[in-house]
Amino acid sequence: MPPTALQCKECGSRYGLDARYVCEQCFGPLEVAYEAPQADAAELRRKIQAGSSGIWRYADFLPFSERPKDPLEPGLTPLVKADQLAERLGIGELWIKNDAANPTHSFKDRVVAVAAAKAQELGFETLACASTGNLANAVAAHAAARGLESYVFVPADLEEQKLLATGVYGTRLVGIRGNYDDVNRLCTQLCEERPWAFVNVNLRPYYAEGSKTLAYETVEQLGWTLPDRVVVPIASGSLFTKIGRGFTEWLELGLVEGELPTFNGAQAEGCSPVATAYQEGWEVCKPQRPDTIAKSLAIGNPADGPYALELARRTGGTIEAVTDDEIRAAIRLLAETTGIFTETAGGVTIATLAKLAERGDIDPSERVVAYITGEGLKTLDATRDGFVMHEIDPTVEALDAEFATATSAVAAH
Amino acid sequence: MAITVKIPAQLRAATGGEGEIQVEGSTVGEALDAVFEQYAGLRERITEDGTLRRFVNVYVSGEDIRFQDGLDTALDDGDEVTILPAVAGGA
Repeated sequence: MPPTALQCKECGSRYGLDARYVCEQCFGPLEVAYEAPQADAAELRRKIQAGSSGIWRYADFLPFSERPKDPLEPGLTPLVKADQLAERLGIGELWIKNDAANPTHSFKDRVVAVAAAKAQELGFETLACASTGNLANAVAAHAAARGLESYVFVPADLEEQKLLATGVYGTRLVGIRGNYDDVNRLCTQLCEERPWAFVNVNLRPYYAEGSKTLAYETVEQLGWTLPDRVVVPIASGSLFTKIGRGFTEWLELGLVEGELPTFNGAQAEGCSPVATAYQEGWEVCKPQRPDTIAKSLAIGNPADGPYALELARRTGGTIEAVTDDEIRAAIRLLAETTGIFTETAGGVTIATLAKLAERGDIDPSERVVAYITGEGLKTLDATRDGFVMHEIDPTVEALDAEFATATSAVAAH
Repeated sequence: MAITVKIPAQLRAATGGEGEIQVEGSTVGEALDAVFEQYAGLRERITEDGTLRRFVNVYVSGEDIRFQDGLDTALDDGDEVTILPAVAGGA
C-alpha cells in the first residue's frame, strides 16, 4: 500500500511526502494517503504472518515504499485476557492490551519508530520532540539506537522517573518552565528555525500512523476478528483516532469482517477538554490548563480533539473524565487483578472502563479491549500510600505476631 | 497601538514571504483585520464566517487568546500577536 501524498483532512489539498504537517490553504492537519494495494486480503495476511515480530510486520500499511531498518523495533505486545478484572467489573469478555511491554515501556515507541525511520529517509540528522514524558523516553532511545542527535523538550516539573529514563540515553534534555502546551508552542516555533525532525510536529503525519499498529495487532491477536468496544486514553486524540483508522483500513481491505467497535475515550478530570466538549455537544475543544496526576495525558489544547469527538459519536461511544482518586484506585485494581502495573494514563483507562461498566453501558455479550499505554514504574508517586509495609524483626515469631495483630485488628473493625 | 503580527512559515506564501507585519489595532480582531487589508488571501485561510478556523491558534505575548477574550482580547502598544497551527503536538 505505497504512500502517495500528504492530504489535508479538512479540505483535501495534497502535498508531497516531505516534512510538513499543516495545510497551507486552511491550516488543517495533514494525513498520509495511500494507493490501494495490489495484493488481495489473503496475500496481505500471508505477508503479515511471515513478517517480523514487531510493528514492521505491518510495513505494507505504514508510510514507506520499502520496509525500513529498525535497530529498536517495538510492537507485538501482549494482549491479555483479564478474567478476574472482568468478573470484578461485571464484563463478559475483557482483554488488556499491555503496551507498556515496548522498548521504552510505552506505546510511544510505535510512533517514534515510524517517525525516526522517516526522519532518516528524509535526511535529518537530529530528532526532537515536545513531550509529556513517554515520548521523551522514546525519542531519546530511538535517536541513540540510530546514532542520531536529539533534543527533547519537556515541562520542567515532570515526574523524576521520566526525566531519568530520558537523560540516560545521552539526549539534550531541555526542561521548559511552563506546561505541555507552552512546550508545544515553543517547538512549533522552533520547527521553523531549526533543521530538526520534530517527531510530533513536522513529522506528525508519519508519526501518528505508528498508532495504527495497535489496531492491527488487536485484530491479529484476536484471531483476525474485531472487538465490540475499545477503551483508549485521550491526550491529543491522535492515538484514539488512529486506532480507529487502523480498524477502518482493514475492514475496507477485507482483512477483517464486522463493524467498527464502539470507541470510548478516557481523560482525567484535571485535563478533560475532549470529555467536556463531548458532554457539552461541541464539535471543537476549548483549551484547559491541566492539573492532574495523569501528566502523560495533560494536553490542554488537543490537536486531534475534533476528530476524537467525531469518532466517539459515530461509533456510539462516549468520552469520559475520571478523578485523580479514581485513577489511583484503578491502577491498584488493574495490578491486583491482572499483575499489570500501569502508569497514571492506564489508571485513567481502567477507571473509565469501571465507570462504563458500573453505569451499565457495556452489554454482557460484548468483547472489550482496554489499552494500557505505559508502565507503572514511570509514575511511582501515584501508588504511594496505597498499601502498608509490615516491618518486623527477622524471626518467625515476629511474623506470626505481626499478622496475628493485623488479623485481629481487621476482625475488631 | 502599534502591533507586530507574526506569520508562520505555512502562511507566508500569502504575505509575499513576510514573517512579521506591523499594524495598528486595539484588539486582536482589529489587528488581524488590518493584516487582511494588506494581504487579502490570509482572511479565508485563518477565518471562516468571521471566526478563527478550528485549527488556528492565536497567542498574545505567549498566551492563547481562547484563555482571554478571543478576538476581542485587548492589545497594548508593542504587543506581539503570534499565529500558529493547532495541529502540532501529541504527548
